[in-house]
This record gives sequence, structure tokens and C-alpha cells, in this order.
Amino acid sequence: MLNIMESLYNIRKLDELARGDTSIHRVHPLAKLITTVIYLIVVVSFDRYEISRLLPLVFYPILIFAFAELPVKPILKRVLLVEPLVIGIGVLNPVFDQQVVMLAGMEISRGWITFLAIFIKGGLTVTAALLLIATTGMDRLAEALRMLRIPRLFVLQLLLTYRYISVLLEEVATTLRAYSMRAPRQKGIQRSVWGSLAGQMLLRTFDRAQRVYQAMCLRGFSGEYITGSSKKMNAGDLLYIVGWGLFLITMRTYDIPMLLGSLFTGVITR
Amino acid sequence: MSHHKLEVRDLHFAYPDGQEAIRTMSFVIHHGESVGIIGANGAGKSTLLMLLMGVLFPDRGEVLVGDVHVTKKTLPLIRQRLGIVFQNPDDQLFMTTVYDDVAFGPRNYKLDEKEVESRVNQALEMVGITHLKDRAPFKLSGGEKRAAAIASVLSMQPDVLIMDEPSAALDPKSRRRIIRLLNGFGHTKIVTSHDLDMTYETCDRIIVIKDGEIAADGPKDEILTDAELLDRCGLEMPLSLQNCPVCRSQK
Repeated sequence: MLNIMESLYNIRKLDELARGDTSIHRVHPLAKLITTVIYLIVVVSFDRYEISRLLPLVFYPILIFAFAELPVKPILKRVLLVEPLVIGIGVLNPVFDQQVVMLAGMEISRGWITFLAIFIKGGLTVTAALLLIATTGMDRLAEALRMLRIPRLFVLQLLLTYRYISVLLEEVATTLRAYSMRAPRQKGIQRSVWGSLAGQMLLRTFDRAQRVYQAMCLRGFSGEYITGSSKKMNAGDLLYIVGWGLFLITMRTYDIPMLLGSLFTGVITR
Repeated sequence: MSHHKLEVRDLHFAYPDGQEAIRTMSFVIHHGESVGIIGANGAGKSTLLMLLMGVLFPDRGEVLVGDVHVTKKTLPLIRQRLGIVFQNPDDQLFMTTVYDDVAFGPRNYKLDEKEVESRVNQALEMVGITHLKDRAPFKLSGGEKRAAAIASVLSMQPDVLIMDEPSAALDPKSRRRIIRLLNGFGHTKIVTSHDLDMTYETCDRIIVIKDGEIAADGPKDEILTDAELLDRCGLEMPLSLQNCPVCRSQK
């Protein structure tokens, strides 16, 4: 019950963060979208044993956190929500891939390394996506998608789903509250009413969604979700893409941690 | 100004399950009139509003806004002229900020962003919530939400303002504010409500609906003082017109 209300507020938290006014928030949504996509591609492109090469990529989220003045905790909490899924995907790797390698003087199976790689990649990609939303906002993000000529229908679907989630969660929360008020000393919901409760919620959310849609139509909604202010990209925005693009491509082409390492060890042995 | 006229001719509507919500109804509302539509629960008020707005279409009869018939084709035009404020503001407010919500309508009519901004500011000023501009609608109080919902309709600059239960679930002070707001508008107004005291204060003409038909239509002083008529239609005289409950003195 509390959890649902909490997640309701959590969903809206990202919207609130997106209303900030920092140098990152002001970057054109399209620039941020493209940068994020490049970042995602670079992160996933690494081989499953290359953990060390993933490490420099942490710079991107750290810098965005810092410059966009975002609170770290609420965003990392959301990342953690996804991690169980990631763990679920990678958990069998250590079982299947038991070939042993040496890492920092320790014997470790390759399965563990791939598992760790999946874990890190999951964390980085989800963080990047959340940061994009938290610095841009869904509306402006949709605008950027439209600029990329993504079909109107898909963008609309995305936006309305995002909007409706919070509306529908409210309905669910009210229903559950009504249930718990009349079912004292019960943990969770009795199995016998699962069906009718779920059906009830479905019908209520249908009704609610219908009313919201009608209200939209009455205010002239005709399929195009217009969010206003669509400014043009300027030189700064281009620089943002090029800057991050260069950084990421460099990280992809050269093994920076290795180079740094050999540089230091080279100095020492000399 | 005949183009602000709202006319209902011989309207009939039944829901798909066969329930006859509107039997026959005809009336004309002229420019600048403020009309209260009252009736018991299930009398057909909400259905009537839906028919006026073109959310539902009648089986028989017609609705004319100005000289334009309400049909699927003319809907965009009709909806620009009629602004409806829903009973539950939560159904109407769903954007991330009050500003975006109020701008939703004008943006849909593809006005340029400067015009949108001036309309939004004007609407917010009219209802006195300019300070809430950047707040998230779901964090507002009931009265503030209602005001925001009204602003979101005013920004479309409708000729006719339709309100479904504008004073429902409001505290007395917020209710008073809404009444003052309503009285301040020069628009043609149509208000449905069970709050007959509010109806008495904001409307000049009253239409009483009973079982999908018009039971009475006339000036407020005539209708709202007719205890027998109101009783027959499942209503009651406004409290402000009844005898004092403490001293029983006649009004």
C-alpha cells in the first residue's frame, strides 16, 4: 500500500528533477538523446570479459550528476530496482563458465567475470537512461524523438503510457486503500479476491483513462502531442555531442586503463 | 449575436444498454445568459453535457452551437467555442506543471508559443493562481486544482463556459472564491450542480431536468422558490431561501 503511493511519488520525482535549470538541463534534448545513444552503444559493445575497459565510462554519469546538480540517491535507488533483473540474467554464468583465470593475483572463474560485466553494463546503461530523463523530461525527449522522425504514433504511445502510469497507479492505490480499510490485520490481499480486485481495477482504470482522454479531446487534442518550445540546436549543443562522442570513441578504440597502467609500470621499471 | 447561441432541438439519447437518458429536450440559450441545469442524480445532466460537447451523439434531434450543428466534422470548431470544466479536476489535469496543463488546449490549436504564453498568463491571472504556474498539479489542494482546471479551459477563450458541479468537494472559502470567479465572467455560462445555493447566486435562469425531460425552465426566482416543483424533481429549496433553522423565522 505504502509502497504503491511511494512509487507514485517516485515516478513523478524524475519529472521534478527535469525541471531544473543547469547547464546540462539547457542542452538541447536531441543532443542529449544522441549522446546517450552513443554511450549505450559503446557500453554494450565491449566484450564480456573486458571489465577494466568499462571503468572509464563511469565518468559520464559522474559528470552529468555533478553538472546537472542531481541528487545521487533517488536515481541510484531506481537503478537498483532494475539490478535484480540483471542479476537474474547473469546469475547462471558462474555455473556454466568455470574456466579459471588470474585476476590481481586471485584465481577467479570466467563466469564470475562475465557476470560482473553484465552487472556493470546494466548499471551504466540504466543510469544513463535515467539521467537522460532526469535532465530532459519526457515531453522534451518526445520532441527530440519526433525530430529524429520517429513515427508520431510511437512517440505518442510512449508519452501517454508515461502519463497514464501515474494516473492509473492512483486508481490502484485508492482501491487498495479501500480494501485494507475493511480488511484489518491482513497481510497483503486474500487470494480469493485477487480476481475480482484485479478486474475491478482494470475497469476503473479503463473508465479513468477514458475520462482523461475525453478531457484531452475537448481541449482540441487530435493525435499530436504538442509540447511547445522547440528551439533549434546551437553550436554549444553540437559541441556537447562532439565532445562526448570523442571521449566515448577514444575509450572504445584505446584501452586507456591498460595504457595508463603500462605507462606507470613503464616508469617504474625504467 | 446569434453566433453565440446554443440550441437544443428535440434531443433524444439512449445508452447502448437501452437506458433512455434523454427523452425529449428542447431549449435555447442566448449570448451572455447564465443557466443552471439542476436535477436529481441520474436525471440526465451529465449526459446532456456530453451531448452538448459532442462526446456523445444524439439518436434523434440536434444540438446547434451558433448556427453550426454538432457533428463529428464540426467538433474541432465546436470544442473551441465551448469550454467544459469536468467535475473531477484530476481527470483534466495530467501534465507535469500547471502551466503546461493550461497551455495544452492552445497548443493543440497550433497557436504560436508567444500567443500561448500570453493566453496562459491571462487565464492564470483571471483565476488568481499565477503563483502556482510551475507547481505540479497533483500537489495542489482541491480548490487550487479546480482553479487550475478552470484556467485550462479559459486559456482556449471559449464563448460558452460549461461547468459540471464546480463547487463539489470544495471547502466553504474555496467555494466562495469559485462563485465570485463565475460571477466575474462575461461568458455565456451553463452550470450543473446539486449545490442550489451556488446555482442561485451564479445563474439567472434555471432548467430543471427530471427523467430525461425538462420539468421546468424559467428565471431563478420563480423556479428555486417553488418548493413543490423542486420536491417533485428530487430537489430541495436552496438553504438560503428556507426558513431559519434556529429561530424558525420566515424568510
